[in-house]
Amino acid sequence: MREILTVANKEFHDGLRNRWLLSITLIFAVLSVGLTYFGAAASGTVGVTSLSTTIASLASLAVFLIPLIALLLSYDSFVGEQEGGTLLLLLTYPLSKNQLLFGKFFGQGGIITLATLLGFGASALLLFIQHGDFVIIETFGYFIVSATLLGLSFTAIAYMISLLASEKSKAAGVALITWFFFALVFDLALLALLVGADSGLSQSALTQLMMLNPADVFRLVNLAGLDSSDVNGALAVAINANLTQAQLLAILLAWVVAPLAIASVIFKNKKL
Amino acid sequence: MNTPLVSLENASKNYKALPALSSINLQLAQGEVLGLFGHNGAGKTTMMKLILGVISADAGNVTVMGMKPDDKSAWHMRAKMGYLPENVMFYEQLTGLEVLSYFARLKGQTKLHAKKLLEQVGIAHAMGRQVKTYSKGMRQRLGLAQAFIGEPKLLLLDEPTVGLDPNATAEFYNSVDQLKTQGTSVVLCSHVLPGVEQHIDRAMIISGGKTLALGTIAELRAAANLPTQIKPQGLNVELLEHPIVKAYVNSAGHLTVPEQDKLKVLRYLLADESLSDIAVESANLEQVYQYYLAQAEHMKTENTKAGA
Repeated sequence: MREILTVANKEFHDGLRNRWLLSITLIFAVLSVGLTYFGAAASGTVGVTSLSTTIASLASLAVFLIPLIALLLSYDSFVGEQEGGTLLLLLTYPLSKNQLLFGKFFGQGGIITLATLLGFGASALLLFIQHGDFVIIETFGYFIVSATLLGLSFTAIAYMISLLASEKSKAAGVALITWFFFALVFDLALLALLVGADSGLSQSALTQLMMLNPADVFRLVNLAGLDSSDVNGALAVAINANLTQAQLLAILLAWVVAPLAIASVIFKNKKL
Repeated sequence: MNTPLVSLENASKNYKALPALSSINLQLAQGEVLGLFGHNGAGKTTMMKLILGVISADAGNVTVMGMKPDDKSAWHMRAKMGYLPENVMFYEQLTGLEVLSYFARLKGQTKLHAKKLLEQVGIAHAMGRQVKTYSKGMRQRLGLAQAFIGEPKLLLLDEPTVGLDPNATAEFYNSVDQLKTQGTSVVLCSHVLPGVEQHIDRAMIISGGKTLALGTIAELRAAANLPTQIKPQGLNVELLEHPIVKAYVNSAGHLTVPEQDKLKVLRYLLADESLSDIAVESANLEQVYQYYLAQAEHMKTENTKAGA
């Protein structure tokens, strides 16, 4: 345990030193406060918009940003140390591969978690102070938990990439493609399937397919709790599926555990 | 002292079809300093990785401190091993002290221990600076400090003196001598370097993953039967014409004498009053090393000829 904490502590401090925590927190805070107060500017009014609209817009922006940030933060975790020679050195220490992996995960995951909590928590707190409605805390609570899980999921995916890549630049390229696939291509493909399939895709089949993308699970968690009147498109169909928010969060958690387990297996078989 | 600290028995390692090490036998006693010599790709680093337990042998046995180093149960003994890799870039954005504290903590040591080691290798003045501002020599010293963490019983050093100035090199060898008296075994991996001879107990020369020679430098020198250089000052014609000198002398007035004739020639030369000075140079490690490599090369061509 001491080993894991030592590695986690180092990674967390790296995140502080590189201003990662500060930048991510700021991005999230500006995004959420901005959307909360000026989300309705397009319709001609300035002021607090409805909670559903706020969460819906926040979710659709966060679903692009969070995976990108997590991948950027972690893609070079292993391949970077491998290029520098410190990975080999660390493995000659009384430190198992899993301890190193989990240490890094806790450290960098800590950065993501704290940034999400502080950044989005800020606007939740502002809203709560103004309205004093506990629904705000509950809705934002789900949002923050799911955003954290989404971030952790892509941190674990970044580790898989980092452990498989032989060079830092290749890892960066693969990370970008991965982001592009989960954030954009997957939904476009789903939409094409929905429109193109002759027999028509059943609602449950569509929802099941969406479970294959952590970004979509994240969207579902947050939209499932809202009035569907604020949500359009393919998602609206899926929202009516009978999965509860807790079930969706569990699936998102699986999207954290599975890539981490795969990363562990890759690391175990990695040649040094 | 009875059981060797490190023992390799017929250890072999292949990377895909390429044999990196074949049938290596080595016993390293406690407090012994072994020089491991070979050119790039000879298998030095692979051998170190085997001893460190980072990779496992495909055949044969590797035992370190009575345990298999690649086994899970042997992890705690890794705190008693120090390793300096050939190429290592420490975390550039951290300070020297932060880097060393991190590694020290992983071995269960404190920040204070890290500070002491930085003082020992002579970069305590720069411990608050980021590693990216360090010179090559300072980085190498930081690497050495890292290998010295936790008073290791076994040190594996890959090219430890690269980038060190002559003073720092001397200091480094002093540290090695000191560790040796404390009972630490050291494997010094290097291209042949001047000055390494008096600090090692035995030398191992490897090439293409095979042991070419293993023994004390005196043994290797004797086995190689390399001639001694005798450089007298003030040779006169009378001396030069004498058959015992004439047989060995070259145009520069230096004599290249086989080991067994050395004393005979020396006695004769020293008996002559006209000599003002005389220098005797035994074959150095570099020549011994070249001899064994050339020998191996020769064998290889013989074999291919025989095969064809």
